[in-house]
Amino acid sequence: MPRRTDISRILVVGSGPIVIGQACEFDYSGTQACKALRAEGLEVVLVNSNPATIMTDPEVADRTYVEPLTWEVLRSVIEVERPDALLPTVGGQTALNLAVELDANGVLEEFGVSLIGASIDAIMVAEDRLKFREAMQSIDVDVPESSYAKSLDEALKVVERLGFPAIIRPSFTLGGVGGGIAYNIEELREVVTRGIELSPVHEILIEESVIGWKEFELEVMRDGVDNFVVVCSIENIDPMGVHTGDSITVAPALTLTDKEYQRMRDVARRIIRRVGVETGGSNIQFAVNPTDGRMVAIEMNPRVSRSSALASKATGFPIAKIAAKLALGYRLDEIPNDITRLTPASFEPTIDYVVVKVPRWTFEKFPQADCTLMTQMKSVGEAMAIGRTFKEAFLKGIRSLDIGKSGQLLRQEGTDHDDAKLQRQLIVPTHRRMFSLFEALRRGWSIDQVHELTQIDRWFIAQFADIVELQKSASLVGAREISANLMETLKKTGFGHEELGEALGVDPMVIDSRCREFGLKRVYKRIDTCAAEFESFTPYLYGTYEQECESAPTSVDKVVILGSGPNRIGQGIEFDYCCCHAAFALKEAGLETIMVNCNPETVSTDYDSVDRLYFEPLTLEDVSAVIETERAAGGNVSCIVQFGGQTPLKLALGLQQTGVTILGTPPDSIDLAEDRKRFASLLWELGIPQAPSGVATSRQEAREVASGISYPLVVRPSYVLGGRAMAIVYDAAALDRYMTEAVDASPEHPVLIDKFLEDAFELDVDAVADSTGAVVIGGVMEHIEEAGIHSGDSSCVVPPYLVPENHLVTIRDYTRRVARALKVVGLVNAQFAIKDDTVYVLEVNPRASRTVPYLSKATGVPLAKVAAQVMAGKTLAGMGLIDDLEVSGVFVKAPVFPFVRFPGVDTILGPEMKSTGEVMGGAATFGSAYAKAQLAAGQRLPNKGTAFISVNNDDKANVVPIARDLAGLGFSLLATHGTAAYLRAHGLDIEPVYKVNEGRPHIADRLLSREIDLVVNTPLGRESFFDDRTLRRIATMLGVPCVTTLTGAAATVSAIRSLRDEELGVRPLQEYHASLTS
Amino acid sequence: MNAVIALENGIWYQGTAAGAAGVVAGEVVFNTSMTGYQEILTDPSYAGQIVTMTCPQIGNYGVAAEDTESGRPQVAGFIVREASPIASNWRATGTLRDYLVEHGIVAIAGIDTRALTRVLRNAGVMRGVIATGAVEPEELVSQALSVKPMEGSDLVSTVTCAEPFDWPVISDKGACEALEPDAFRLPPERHSDRLLRVAAYDLGLKRNILRRFSAYGCQVRVFPATTPAKDLLATKPDGVFLSNGPGDPAPLDYAVANTREVLQAGVPVFGICLGHQVLARAFGGTTYKLKFGHRGANHPVKQLSTGQVEITSQNHGFAVDPESLPDDVEVTHLNLYDGTVEGLRHKQQAAFSVQYHPEASPGPHDADYLFSKFLEEMVRRSR
Repeated sequence: MPRRTDISRILVVGSGPIVIGQACEFDYSGTQACKALRAEGLEVVLVNSNPATIMTDPEVADRTYVEPLTWEVLRSVIEVERPDALLPTVGGQTALNLAVELDANGVLEEFGVSLIGASIDAIMVAEDRLKFREAMQSIDVDVPESSYAKSLDEALKVVERLGFPAIIRPSFTLGGVGGGIAYNIEELREVVTRGIELSPVHEILIEESVIGWKEFELEVMRDGVDNFVVVCSIENIDPMGVHTGDSITVAPALTLTDKEYQRMRDVARRIIRRVGVETGGSNIQFAVNPTDGRMVAIEMNPRVSRSSALASKATGFPIAKIAAKLALGYRLDEIPNDITRLTPASFEPTIDYVVVKVPRWTFEKFPQADCTLMTQMKSVGEAMAIGRTFKEAFLKGIRSLDIGKSGQLLRQEGTDHDDAKLQRQLIVPTHRRMFSLFEALRRGWSIDQVHELTQIDRWFIAQFADIVELQKSASLVGAREISANLMETLKKTGFGHEELGEALGVDPMVIDSRCREFGLKRVYKRIDTCAAEFESFTPYLYGTYEQECESAPTSVDKVVILGSGPNRIGQGIEFDYCCCHAAFALKEAGLETIMVNCNPETVSTDYDSVDRLYFEPLTLEDVSAVIETERAAGGNVSCIVQFGGQTPLKLALGLQQTGVTILGTPPDSIDLAEDRKRFASLLWELGIPQAPSGVATSRQEAREVASGISYPLVVRPSYVLGGRAMAIVYDAAALDRYMTEAVDASPEHPVLIDKFLEDAFELDVDAVADSTGAVVIGGVMEHIEEAGIHSGDSSCVVPPYLVPENHLVTIRDYTRRVARALKVVGLVNAQFAIKDDTVYVLEVNPRASRTVPYLSKATGVPLAKVAAQVMAGKTLAGMGLIDDLEVSGVFVKAPVFPFVRFPGVDTILGPEMKSTGEVMGGAATFGSAYAKAQLAAGQRLPNKGTAFISVNNDDKANVVPIARDLAGLGFSLLATHGTAAYLRAHGLDIEPVYKVNEGRPHIADRLLSREIDLVVNTPLGRESFFDDRTLRRIATMLGVPCVTTLTGAAATVSAIRSLRDEELGVRPLQEYHASLTS
Repeated sequence: MNAVIALENGIWYQGTAAGAAGVVAGEVVFNTSMTGYQEILTDPSYAGQIVTMTCPQIGNYGVAAEDTESGRPQVAGFIVREASPIASNWRATGTLRDYLVEHGIVAIAGIDTRALTRVLRNAGVMRGVIATGAVEPEELVSQALSVKPMEGSDLVSTVTCAEPFDWPVISDKGACEALEPDAFRLPPERHSDRLLRVAAYDLGLKRNILRRFSAYGCQVRVFPATTPAKDLLATKPDGVFLSNGPGDPAPLDYAVANTREVLQAGVPVFGICLGHQVLARAFGGTTYKLKFGHRGANHPVKQLSTGQVEITSQNHGFAVDPESLPDDVEVTHLNLYDGTVEGLRHKQQAAFSVQYHPEASPGPHDADYLFSKFLEEMVRRSR
């Protein structure tokens, strides 16, 4: 069947910012889909608010709109672009919801846009739990008992029937936001109330508990003539009750008999037919009762998903690409399998290895958050590992998490907790449960006992017990006495050098040399979709210890690009974007590109992105083994470490010591920039001001440094990204607390202490420098929030809108001089503060930064790509880049936070980064760009209504003009008594309101009764007993914009003004960029 | 315990024993199915073969009586990457290892099964020997060279039943449910209000074929492979079924002759796997040996009349040469991997067959409609 000829222009909707539950997997699938559609000669119009994506690169689509993802904005795009069809299945839940809204508002009909990939009916059946349930019953598919409730009373009635525990799922929320499990009436009240509030339709589903049942997923595809294939089966090691995004999962399913599996497959086929997904992929989840095999269908996603990205990477079957082609009318048997070339896509991949996915949490960023894993996803990223056996894949997976020593499962933890406590830790799933499970096995608890407590299938526990046993025997023998046989078994089982070093009490290098003595060598096997039944033409490889190596390296010169590993707060998609660009640039330069990474969600781990892909953990051992194998064939092997964030940077020196050429900025310069003392003396020589600073390795030293600098101070550990454990301290007591409690300072890990520049302007610069010393500045970005708030959490804007030109000249000059002094070849990021008319350098990082993709989108120059070319030997002048880059228009970047998922966590911003993603708003004026960025970040700013103001004493003077502007815009003003009195004294008409502990109705009441549309609240801190944290939480949960800085408030005011005075138009990047060159 | 698998081309792999101790020889093949090892072990079509599972974790869910395709394991030997130490499933009655030991099946674990598979894919299936204990690999290689090749051997005689027997029908509820633990779940369409009678030639019959016939409301009488056709026809069957089975169809002249006789009698005929090859030969076609065969549960097969693709369960080393078929026989199904014949039918007569396994077990149920088709043919003729 040839493809449809009635479609020539197609609208693709992305998933927007990275949030918990929707991460870079949709960049991977969206990019694949766009590429596939364009390969078919279609014109692709793309809308996605996330600039840090490959899919929003202007080359990926014909027209790229980095605009807010609301149906109104999409309507504007549709009005301009007049697409024939809309593909809503590659942009996650966001895109599906938008398709539904566009349909409900008559937009699709009005402009004659047809939906392809999934119909509205199919989306509704899959998304609406009641309809889904009815649909399942109509085809005789078993589902858990359930009922809807729109109020607490209704909920109580349902639970009388179904009993506790009860599963609560709000309708139409992403990734299970607001869901939970209630074991008693109290919990029920809480979860039900929250769920009803968070559901856009104020409705929840209460379900029969299948907690503890085994959980499975099938990734399936169907074409227009009802051909059906299962791409991959996935088993969740954590049983039902833990969100699949928070479960350690394994592919293929390992504990199902063929009878059970085929029954599941049959049911999946019936489900996709009944739901009505005519072309494309779906994810279907099942629960199986381990005691009698009863199987129930849990849910179905009629689109590509996190699991489909995982399945694609796990099998080599590119689901999103194929889904896009199916949507165009192709049949599965008309699409070739890229890997085998000779066989079609109408088959079911079979794999001869085991894949394990391990979630990555960042609870350390949210100390008040509840780390119990439930039906609502809490992890921010994931690592995938591949091994020949489950044990190997599992141990590689844990190692891939990159969480340092705390990630070592086999480390003897202090036996500080007794058996009873350990038992509780096994019963209640948290991000540390696996570590407790290993501790239990070390204590000799039986497989049955551990199974009873965790409900994890005995097969997996037996595997874990094997690992523990092996480690015990290794520890008994010791590194010197260890036999070749035992060492081989250990390495085959997946133990890393570091873990073995820890177990045997020796340096990992000792393990390495023992392995060499024994002739134990890593080999690489191919992922080929077919378990070696056919030849594979794509070098997509994983490492293992076996007989035969299939890596077949070439003898040409090649560059190994190290990726950034699992997503986490502070190191996310931006770095994957940069790594991909490095690969594209080097490929163009004629070099062979090799990627090493372990994040299954990414574009960089698409076998299409590079010449050779090694899906391996990013540790010195694993990366060195790849390089050794690649070197063996001859050809020069060099390595790029500056694009993947902190993870590869940490490996730079180690790799250099083994003789690997590190391309670009020398590792010594990276160290120079990181080393406070060395860097301070460099700046001193250059005559560039820096805030006073020092380094301390103990409490005593810290006190001494502090006395020479004066408070307040910014304190942080060295070598971290995302402001991990960074804090501002105002006095010696706080400093002591920090040094003793927050960090584990040591001579190897000193604490950096800087003078904190209060109320300073902060700016970020990204630049590229080449080996001739030429420096091109990509842009100077002005932070909206003042100094003290992590740059990743601050909104920022290019071009700067408040900073005077003379300072910008200084900043450019400093950037150039520091870049040259550091011998930067490639990217460099510098942060500045302006206080009292002086420009200070805060820090300089000779590597890719989080803002590179945003700046690239704003300027139209792919900075990471340029940097990679420079690293490969080109000059900036040779590429025609002489002047600093410019932008046409104003571009605001705004962060997106996960607070709604962590009840109890304060939403206040600080030096520790908390945002998971970002959006960009572009417009002709600052106000409009800021308004768009806010809208894209999910914050619909009010253009009228009531504003509540409550600020600390320092801010009172500066809040006056803001209050005046708001009043001028027609807002009624409300303030706490102190602020109200102050503002009244300045001639403003303002209504006072009680604080929470002063009387009623207080401010929280007013907020809850939806009488307030905007909150301006700067933290009162120690000044007040008033719990303004509660206030901010309530505002966040209700979706009322809550601005916590005065600069943010000022920006908000100009945005509101623009909303009232200007039309928020839409404009594609291609047009912005064209107006620059013309 | 140490174990070695040696191939006739001189390659050998050292691993550990995972089943009974001893020495076995056979044709070494690989199966890419990720589930259903017990069904594979007990499939009589594997007689004379040493089966390598490409899926690395085998034995996880143990063994259960319901998952057998014949009375005992039929493979000559078994090769896995890693065998499970425990059996984890509510239906499991024991571990895989104990099952193999109990039935005297020699097995090896811990070898690079992917490397072995690549050898077989590149060079074709070959003879091999597994031996446990202290062994000389070179000796095993020469032993492998002396194994009787599969081509030209009649392996059917080693697996067919000794006496005819009847398979229970669905009305006999208790008996049937125990044998068919919810295997398909889909209630098949019945085509007749009476039980249809199928006479089946047992060339190495898988039990699930019988279970499917039962589910469709058929009464099956199973006959030994060498039973003269007239004895079958004397039972007045509504249709004759030619089963799957091991080895080369070429030496099965008796089966071909009997099939011709059945065809002449005008009784509808349905063949699966070896039965398909026998039917093709009865039509005058020829068969040939594939390089490394088809063994797995993921092969796409296209039904030419509808264009529909079925994901199929496969287990065969020989195939029908489409060029050799007479004009009144048409190819109905093709394998989308390599274009080989997967199904055929006689244009005038009610006789058709498929190379793959519509009864699945292990594998997908996509081709179950073929039973229904056979029933239609039987009903049409009985009217």
